[in-house]
Amino acid sequence: MICFAQAVNVLHYDPPPPLKAKVGTAVEAKVPLSLQDGYHVNSNKPSDEYLIPLALTWSKGVLEPAGVVYPKPHLEKYQFSPDKPLSVFSGSFELVAKFTVPAGAPAGPAAMSGKLRYQACNNTMCLTPKNMDVALQVDIVK
Amino acid sequence: MTKRALQYLAITGIAGYLASCTFYSAEWPSVKEEKDRKKAPEFALKDANGEVVKLSDYRGKVVLLNFWATWCGPCEVEIPWFIDFQREYKDRDFAVLGLSLDEDGWKSVQPFVAREKLNYRVMVTSEEVDQLYGGVDHLPTTFIIDRQGRVASSHIGLASKNTYRQEILTLLGSAKPGSPKNETSPLVSSNRMLRVDLFRPGR
Repeated sequence: MICFAQAVNVLHYDPPPPLKAKVGTAVEAKVPLSLQDGYHVNSNKPSDEYLIPLALTWSKGVLEPAGVVYPKPHLEKYQFSPDKPLSVFSGSFELVAKFTVPAGAPAGPAAMSGKLRYQACNNTMCLTPKNMDVALQVDIVK
Repeated sequence: MTKRALQYLAITGIAGYLASCTFYSAEWPSVKEEKDRKKAPEFALKDANGEVVKLSDYRGKVVLLNFWATWCGPCEVEIPWFIDFQREYKDRDFAVLGLSLDEDGWKSVQPFVAREKLNYRVMVTSEEVDQLYGGVDHLPTTFIIDRQGRVASSHIGLASKNTYRQEILTLLGSAKPGSPKNETSPLVSSNRMLRVDLFRPGR
């Protein structure tokens, strides 16, 4: 029998309500995330070149991705890094995904799909890097 | 079946499951009794020089098999300990083997090995080998393998240097199993580690 130390999925995405997107404008979508207590993920700009950054990327879709705004990271010390603080996210936090809505986008419901790459650790162990699906419902209006 | 009976079955089931998972303090050595040790799965992986390394090459030696990655902070704490063990015990039929889970393989591993001056053999693992060892998803994951190629101890997460040393010495035949030792790691003073029973029955 194999006994796992804890659940493997420590980062959760709560899909927001559909995003209203007017053709020809720029829109922003919140991507709410929450981490299991005791865990952190590296920020989008980790403190060490070996660390794996949090990164949200979108597949080609009806909206044009125009960047992601990451929150301000915390600088935290851990048992395995007592001297060097690490740039991390923990608890609940939000990313902001920016898009433009092309002039020719068809009106009606649509969806954007993306991948969130992250690497989580707690005080004593790290999980292997994960790629989480992120879906965003969009309601395109003229 | 009544609701109460179902509740009883659920509670006893959970209790049974938990009882099968043994929790240890990281500071307590936990070498299994010989009768409880199971064969460590064989693997054949290339090292940095392209030489094939098989676990069975090390039969007759005590092996510390460490799954790690360059992005794993707790692994980085343990690696200097393993360097010490390799240096101190290599002439006593002991070897450390490091299996890296870095997805980009040697591109990340080679500079790290050079920078940290690892003095033991390192290989880049494969998904197949990870699965053989219980589906390694948490790092560090470390197995201490006895001279007969059986898993004598396993640790998920950062353990203490003393725990490893005590287990190695026990298997090398110079310490009694479970005997106390003064050296402890402040890093893990309040940590409780999970020992894994590696293999499913019949594996």
